[in-house]
Amino acid sequence: MSIWEYANPKKFMETSAIALPWAAAATAACLVAGLVWGFFFTPDDYKQGSTVKIIYLHVPAALMAINAWLMMLAASLIWLVRRHHVSALAAKAAGPVGLTFTLIALVTGAVWGQPMWGTWWAWDPRLTSFLILALFYLGYIALWQAVENPDTAADLTSVLCIVGSVFAVLSRYAVNFWNQGLHQGATLSLDKEENISDVFYFPLLLCIGGFVLMFLTLVLLRTRTEIRVRRVQALLARERMA
Amino acid sequence: MLPDLGKYALPVLTAYGASLGLILAIVLLTLWRGTRVRRLLRDVEQRQGRTDV
Repeated sequence: MSIWEYANPKKFMETSAIALPWAAAATAACLVAGLVWGFFFTPDDYKQGSTVKIIYLHVPAALMAINAWLMMLAASLIWLVRRHHVSALAAKAAGPVGLTFTLIALVTGAVWGQPMWGTWWAWDPRLTSFLILALFYLGYIALWQAVENPDTAADLTSVLCIVGSVFAVLSRYAVNFWNQGLHQGATLSLDKEENISDVFYFPLLLCIGGFVLMFLTLVLLRTRTEIRVRRVQALLARERMA
Repeated sequence: MLPDLGKYALPVLTAYGASLGLILAIVLLTLWRGTRVRRLLRDVEQRQGRTDV
């Protein structure tokens, strides 16, 4: 069995119909458990007080904002190279979800920054690259809406996605490239032996899992809808020609 | 029962309120559009006598 079988819309619809209820249930379980654990049952930080509870939304949202774009990049490259429609539609489906995560990261960051840094916003490398990423998401969604021919729209948005990937990567590594600005380094890193205290770490992992699963669930749902839209368009076109 | 958030209650609750609001919005929008398109497809297929997808 090859992964390219799922490029067949019918196969994708069959498989995603089976996966969706499990993904949705796992999303709800992880998110509710992680957020309830983090909000109600973790202590305040000795420096940041109760604002540390914002970490359970801010870090998973920021992580997924970047990774959603990288998923869109992979799907766009598959479209450009192999011309599989499902991959282009999956990238399209992920756009609004990625934008939502980016907005959550920006809003929670601003609300967290005000009491900790004394300002809602600073033209810091990470914050600025994240704002540009949000604008790229908006441009990406707008471009899909603006071009009538779906294949041309998929081509153009794929190119935009490749360009925007620079900012997706930049927003991840900005604090490493430019050792300046208000934003701290990465909260979680595979290089470090200990990232944050276990009391915050485990509910945070659960929330990250919840956000990953939420992204998967929403993208599956939205891709199914996009496939149906294509089918409606094809049927209506056939009706007009008859 | 809310935990004691001290002097940072407003930013913490704002962050949670805004985030959960945005999540709810994208979920509802996704479900609403999915339902609308599914209904439209069913109507078109019934009219044309097809049920492939």
